Amino acid sequence: MARKLNLRIWRGDATDGGLKDVQVDVNEGEVVLDVIHRVQATQMGDLAVRWNCKAGKCGSCSMEINGKPRLACMTQVSSFAEEETITVTPLRAFPIIKDLVTDVSFSYKKAMQIPAYEHPKELAPGDARMEQIDVERSQEFRKCIECFLCQDVCHVVRDHEENKKSFAGPRFFIRIAELDMHPLDMLKNRKRTAQEEHGLGMCNITKCCTEVCPEHIRITDNAIIPMKERVVDIKYDPARMFSGLLRREKRD
Amino acid sequence: MSGVFSPTRAKIKERTLRTDKWWIEPLITFSVLISFIFYATFRAFENANYFAEPLISPFYSPCLSTACVKGASLIGTPIGTLAIFGMVISPALFILIFPLGFRMTCYYYRKAYYRSFWMSPPACAVAEPHEKYTGETRAPLIMQNAHRWFFYAGLVFNVLLSIDAILAFKNTDGQWGHMSVGSLVLLANATLLWGYSASCHTCRHTLGGRLKHFSKHPIRYKLWTQASALNHYHQQFAWVSLFGVAFADIYVRAVASGAITNFYFF
Repeated sequence: MARKLNLRIWRGDATDGGLKDVQVDVNEGEVVLDVIHRVQATQMGDLAVRWNCKAGKCGSCSMEINGKPRLACMTQVSSFAEEETITVTPLRAFPIIKDLVTDVSFSYKKAMQIPAYEHPKELAPGDARMEQIDVERSQEFRKCIECFLCQDVCHVVRDHEENKKSFAGPRFFIRIAELDMHPLDMLKNRKRTAQEEHGLGMCNITKCCTEVCPEHIRITDNAIIPMKERVVDIKYDPARMFSGLLRREKRD
Repeated sequence: MSGVFSPTRAKIKERTLRTDKWWIEPLITFSVLISFIFYATFRAFENANYFAEPLISPFYSPCLSTACVKGASLIGTPIGTLAIFGMVISPALFILIFPLGFRMTCYYYRKAYYRSFWMSPPACAVAEPHEKYTGETRAPLIMQNAHRWFFYAGLVFNVLLSIDAILAFKNTDGQWGHMSVGSLVLLANATLLWGYSASCHTCRHTLGGRLKHFSKHPIRYKLWTQASALNHYHQQFAWVSLFGVAFADIYVRAVASGAITNFYFF
């Protein structure tokens, strides 16, 4: 049975903008993206919204709903109180294009800076074999749908625009971790570049990336902290320091 | 203007549009941690009521100074009685840096106090008040990388506190085979501390996390999976073990000061 929903939608572009109140019909079982589409169809024909699969798998409809970074297609309207006004804004860490659409090219630029998997020279591409337990470890990271909610919520760039040039963000720390944990990857310096070029040391483990991940990837516990520990292995480990391995490894 | 108020971003004047009570969690965390800090500071400087045969407070164990009360030193007294302006330095002050450092650099506590004390950020998607942010890339926060050093030291403390717990199964005359409320309190404290250490991210990494090939190291893989299972509860262990330490100290203090009697079951 339809009811009326009070919705506030941010409308504007890089020059100006603000929250606009609308009232819209909502049916049982609908998600926030359904409601936005109804507003677009009935009241705001030029409302810009990015979406694609409506199934939580493409990562396109990332936005902030009542201040929290979420996928609009996976946010049930019924999860809010009936009398509550739902506020929908674009991602606040990225440059605005129009209405609910932001420019997420920051993440694509960072993706290009991560060196790809380096295959062992002695193995032909078809000859590589991995045990299931080695595959399983990185399987979790492969669930990433690149919605960039983790990039959006990370305060390192969300609250400090100037850090964007030196910080890759949680999405790319899981990519680096996946590669560094790959048994066949031959690139040797991922730990050091993670720390010195991609800004791993800027992360202060406040776990917001994990909290907002729609795929429930344990970004902090399974990727960022293990990478920080791997950096400690090569830079700050007491045993290695005392044995002089650290200095030798640096020379290598 | 930086952060969410940067000129290229959507113009929204609020620091956050969250409508839930996001401030409750950091407020509770702040209140509990600051209470513990005040209590621990008071106890570390009190230099009294920390030993009542056979119980010793975890704040004072191992008691390494010649200023320790008779019977409290488990592994000797390599440190003499030091004094500043005529005041004897409490034996607790020689050792507390190790458990304190372990907790200060802990990956869970970092989240807790960065959010609640430093508000960096106070909660997810709530703009932090700081103009600049460099994270753990320079001093003093680069010292967080010393977590592994404190983890090793913490293991030594766990062993010593476990011995304290075993010794607590003596009676006041030093005879074995007795059990009191104090025995159980110290045993629970040592068990929780082992749980906190075993669930630690550094422990998980050391046991097997640093490997590239799990399949080539089946035993370490098995250990890693078990540490990973415990690691899910690291936050809970962090809190419960903190309360455990505080409660063990409160109990020993109450017994040592004569406020209560350590009840013996047998």
